[in-house]
Amino acid sequence: MTELQISPQFMDREPKPPEEMSGLVSRAESSIVPKWSIAGRALVAVVAIMTFLASLTTGAVMLVQSAAADWQSDVAREVTIQVRPVAGRDLDADVARAAEIARASPGIDDVRPYSKQESERLLEPWLGGDLALDSLPVPRMIVVRLSSGTVSLGALRQALADQVASASLDDHRAWIDRMRAMARTTVIGGVALVVLMLVATVLSVVFATRGAMAANRPIVEVLHFVGARSGFIASQFQRHFLLLGLEGGLIGGGLAMVLFGLCGIAAGFGAGTAAADQVSVLFGSFTLGWAGYLAIGAQVVLIAVVTAVASRRTVNRTLQTVE
Amino acid sequence: MVRFENVGLRYGLGPEVLRDLSFQIEPHSFQFLTGPSGAGKTSLLKLLFLSMRPTRGLITVFNHDTATLDKDELATLRRRIGIVFQDFRLLDHMSTYENVALPLRVMGREESSYRNGVIELLHWVGLGDRIGALPPVLSGGEKQRAAIARAVIARPELLLADEPTGNVDPNLAQRLLRLFVELNKSGTTVVIATHDIGLMDQYDARRLVLQGGRLHVYD
Repeated sequence: MTELQISPQFMDREPKPPEEMSGLVSRAESSIVPKWSIAGRALVAVVAIMTFLASLTTGAVMLVQSAAADWQSDVAREVTIQVRPVAGRDLDADVARAAEIARASPGIDDVRPYSKQESERLLEPWLGGDLALDSLPVPRMIVVRLSSGTVSLGALRQALADQVASASLDDHRAWIDRMRAMARTTVIGGVALVVLMLVATVLSVVFATRGAMAANRPIVEVLHFVGARSGFIASQFQRHFLLLGLEGGLIGGGLAMVLFGLCGIAAGFGAGTAAADQVSVLFGSFTLGWAGYLAIGAQVVLIAVVTAVASRRTVNRTLQTVE
Repeated sequence: MVRFENVGLRYGLGPEVLRDLSFQIEPHSFQFLTGPSGAGKTSLLKLLFLSMRPTRGLITVFNHDTATLDKDELATLRRRIGIVFQDFRLLDHMSTYENVALPLRVMGREESSYRNGVIELLHWVGLGDRIGALPPVLSGGEKQRAAIARAVIARPELLLADEPTGNVDPNLAQRLLRLFVELNKSGTTVVIATHDIGLMDQYDARRLVLQGGRLHVYD
């Protein structure tokens, strides 16, 4: 500014050299957009709460989806051979023969014939414990565990039909179909819930961002009047709101991750109790897995980007109305 | 420098607030823009500052037809114009120094390149001791001088001031007028919008008088 010559009479007093005065100037430049404002803090809170809820929904749906897949897989990996008592045949020999045929088949992990006592115990819930079952033709069960759910059972069924006429193979097909339908319905419902939650989150964040931007309108106007280009103004706000969105998202998403982690640990501690077993049946091991944590992380990024884009659009709209 | 030809302005479907304005502002000139309240002074300043487009007519600023310029070109042109608002429009979260340096900062200049210049200017306008102060703790006169410093820091070719002495005592008003005169002598074209007859009587300059939306020029 040495070219600007203003007469000394305008000065309050003899000016000090600028080098001496520069000590009064803060070394760090203030952010053009104020870092902390009431509107900014409220936005972080809204983003954190909505991200937390969206993350809980996503995590819960992923747990149910994973548990449903486990249920299907468990049922599909087990088949049962039923050996009916037939007059004139030795039931124990038939059971032993059927188990032998099953063990010899490819793709079988484990074969466990139920003893007479075990088979009778299966009927106790319906017939009571006092009834003498010796006079009843109680069939015997053999539980066959497959190495995977895709083993072809045609050969085993044929061998049983050929060699043990009183044995029949039940592959639980009807149950698997029902479970698959139920699991699919659960997962579709869950995905719909996640989509709704995300839409609600995005809308809340967009409106909260617009609200926070309204408080910053005077800054947009001043920047416009001092000759800042639209891109410069938009980028200042976009960067600021991206950081606010990330902060809120990390708080909400981080809390959800911690909660899932704690639930997993708690489920591990309570193993063996009736409640823990029930939870385990519903949600498996209650472990979110890396895919779940990744999904929550992706949500945090998505919500931060939505916040930034919403602020940019609001700045551009504001600039169109600035006079 | 600035040329208006048959310019008219209306807001929405309302009546024309400015009608058939035709005048020129020459480089290095000094003029007062005056007229009764509601005559359209602020609207005319907005047109001069390229903040609004006219409903009709032609405005040429620095040899550019403003109707043909896009937003970024207007922003670039606006950097050659300084404006002092009646309500100062300082940013409350920034220090006096940062407010004054803002036009240079948005141009992408390095802070080290303008630091001494900004401090020197703040001293010139009597704010040497208020460099680190935030606007909420400045007096009305100090805010006014900070706003003027911000308007002139980038050495604009045209300086527009909207009622720059509206909030200050007569003594400070006189000092501010002297500052504008000094700036004009250093080559800046000055337009001061005011309805303070006393202020205008202190300096013999061209007068643009708005009355009923029409402009009368008294050289």
